[in-house]
Amino acid sequence: MNDGNWTIRGARILGGDVRDLHVSDGVFAAEAPAGARVVEADGLIALPGLVDLHTHLREPGREDAETVATGSRAAAAGGYTAVHAMANTDPVADTAGVVEQVWRLGREAGYCDVQPVGAVTVGIAGERLAELGAMADSAARVRVFSDDGHCVSDAALMRRALEYVKAFGGVVAQHAQEPRLTEGAQMNEGEVSSVLGLRGWPAVAEEAIIARDVLLAAHTGSRLHVCHLSTAGSVELVRWAKSKGFPVTAEVTPHHLLLTDDLVRGYDPVYKVNPPLRTQADVEAVRQGLADGTIDVVATDHAPHPVEAKDCEWAVAAMGMLGLETALSVVQHTMVDTGLLDWSGVADRMSVRAAQIGSLDGHGRPLEPGEPANLVLLDPAASRVIEPGALHSRSRNTPFAGLKLPGAVHATFLRGTATVLDGKVIDR
Amino acid sequence: MKRHLLSTADLSADDATLILDTAAELARIADRPIKKLPTLRGRTVVNLFFEDSTRTRISFETAAKRLSADVINFSAKGSSVSKGESLKDTALTLEAMGADAVVVRHWASGGAYRLAHAGWIRSAVVNAGDGTHEHPTQALLDAYTLRSRLGSLEGRRVGIVGDVLHSRVARSNVHLLATLGAEVTLVAPPTLMPFAVDTWPCSYSYELDPVLPKLDAVMMLRVQRERMDQAFFPTEREYSRRYGLHAKRMAALPEHAVVMHPGPMNRGLEISAEVADSTRSTITEQVTNGVSVRMAVLYLLLGGSEPAIGTENEEGAK
Repeated sequence: MNDGNWTIRGARILGGDVRDLHVSDGVFAAEAPAGARVVEADGLIALPGLVDLHTHLREPGREDAETVATGSRAAAAGGYTAVHAMANTDPVADTAGVVEQVWRLGREAGYCDVQPVGAVTVGIAGERLAELGAMADSAARVRVFSDDGHCVSDAALMRRALEYVKAFGGVVAQHAQEPRLTEGAQMNEGEVSSVLGLRGWPAVAEEAIIARDVLLAAHTGSRLHVCHLSTAGSVELVRWAKSKGFPVTAEVTPHHLLLTDDLVRGYDPVYKVNPPLRTQADVEAVRQGLADGTIDVVATDHAPHPVEAKDCEWAVAAMGMLGLETALSVVQHTMVDTGLLDWSGVADRMSVRAAQIGSLDGHGRPLEPGEPANLVLLDPAASRVIEPGALHSRSRNTPFAGLKLPGAVHATFLRGTATVLDGKVIDR
Repeated sequence: MKRHLLSTADLSADDATLILDTAAELARIADRPIKKLPTLRGRTVVNLFFEDSTRTRISFETAAKRLSADVINFSAKGSSVSKGESLKDTALTLEAMGADAVVVRHWASGGAYRLAHAGWIRSAVVNAGDGTHEHPTQALLDAYTLRSRLGSLEGRRVGIVGDVLHSRVARSNVHLLATLGAEVTLVAPPTLMPFAVDTWPCSYSYELDPVLPKLDAVMMLRVQRERMDQAFFPTEREYSRRYGLHAKRMAALPEHAVVMHPGPMNRGLEISAEVADSTRSTITEQVTNGVSVRMAVLYLLLGGSEPAIGTENEEGAK
């Protein structure tokens, strides 16, 4: 039996027409290959394998929270065939050596393509540029650069970074957070923070940086990507920048599509995240922005943390939430089931555009003969109650625990190899 | 009443009135030669302080001891807490030792809520101040003081002046005074007024002088000197000139109005010495009332349904 030969029978392609898909030697084929295994896909939807632009795999340095292997297993379980591993590891991914290590670990694990993101500045300290060219030229072929977790707040440094990455077709993914406006910030600044006595993280701290950066992108003619935008004002700014033709793209996380700062009232740090959960009006605005294409992609900002980093007081807890294994369900719940986006729109926002922004060849491609067989089959009629213990991530910090969400990943294929089948991750 | 006292927002008017009435009853024993009741004999109250506050701690300690509880003081200084032991592990330790109530002061907003609800301990939790969130027993003793000076709180006008943004006392007072029917006006420079204060059950003003003549009570908040370095106001002198309560301003208050301060005071900054020491000042009275109110809270959380104080006759019969 050839593991790379499949016939997927009766799937709805991008939620539309029903068609059989054939896979031979890692690519889609026009006809059924000999000895192909059959997957009955009646009622299932076929999308190109999902691509995450924003994943924290924690390795090297915090293997107690996640490793490349456990995180990429979680990714496969969530329907992903490629993830971008953020640079804020320990040591920071600011040299060719570290990005190649992460890239190699991803290949060894084999659950999805792990594309390292390189740090913009040395040690993500925001002071001087890291060797961006060396990372671009390395075996990892880095194209996305980000100090995520920290903002490149120095305007001159940001300008230089944007200019410099043009040499190799790179993009700077900015964590937009004005540092002086967010010193000691604990949650969204609003009605709830004021009652809870938690230091506010005002929307203006995100919007001020986005406003500056879209103008810098226009001025330099370089590609800017806005990480995890979270406010209605940010959506407006990106919409304006795009209307001017500025080279700007943006992402939103699943949690900002669904959750609000009202959840912080119980001081449970599982809801502590950066940027923070915002208001219902912001949730509506980011959904609208994703629907009309102002926001290009859903990126998880999957941020695993060990139990002790969340089982404590709010103020000392780590920021971040798991996302890989729940993203597709959250998008179905907030965008598809609400009529804001159809399944081909989901393919566009969770795979096609993410692959384009990340310059990832072979992902986000049409499900057509000759294309790499990166594929997810999902059952939109299924539903499940999210249980932290059932997740594949090494960590348990999901904010969706106990929520009933629609949809389930039935199978994921990475270049024709099943990483998930019948809803179960295949050990490699 | 609920099992914990974490926020005055959780108290109904009936709950709050029960606490104040109970405190009034318990206050009577302060006049007795032996200021002690057997009510909480055999129960253990832990004062868990992650932040220094001698005043609040000894007030709770006195309250618990007057009810015959065993008191353990657990201070972050010189304990394992300062060596990096987490709130959770401290809580598990207290649980293992069998604390019936934990009185917790924490530098983090939500510290008390977390202790009560994270599933670490089963004991009753009393919030003795958490970060810039709440300080419910302070608000209760303020309400008690106001009630004893002004009669009912219904329709009374109370001004709260100063660093409202960082004040747990202000937050607890706003909820409680609104619940008890008083009209609260917050007065602060815009930099020290909380975001979205217009959603709070009170009114607010950036100026003190127009507010004073309408008040039945004015509560001055402590202003931390480091706020000046964080550019919340330009200088202490300017703050004092615009928002400080001095003798001339005090004269603008109605005849019957009282002056309150939760302590510790910055004499000469938010309140002048002359005002602090005047007959209108309830500052030392507030301290006395603090013990009665905290006795009432501990009694109601731990004591159950029996009357707080038996009659003299019943006690004689035992």
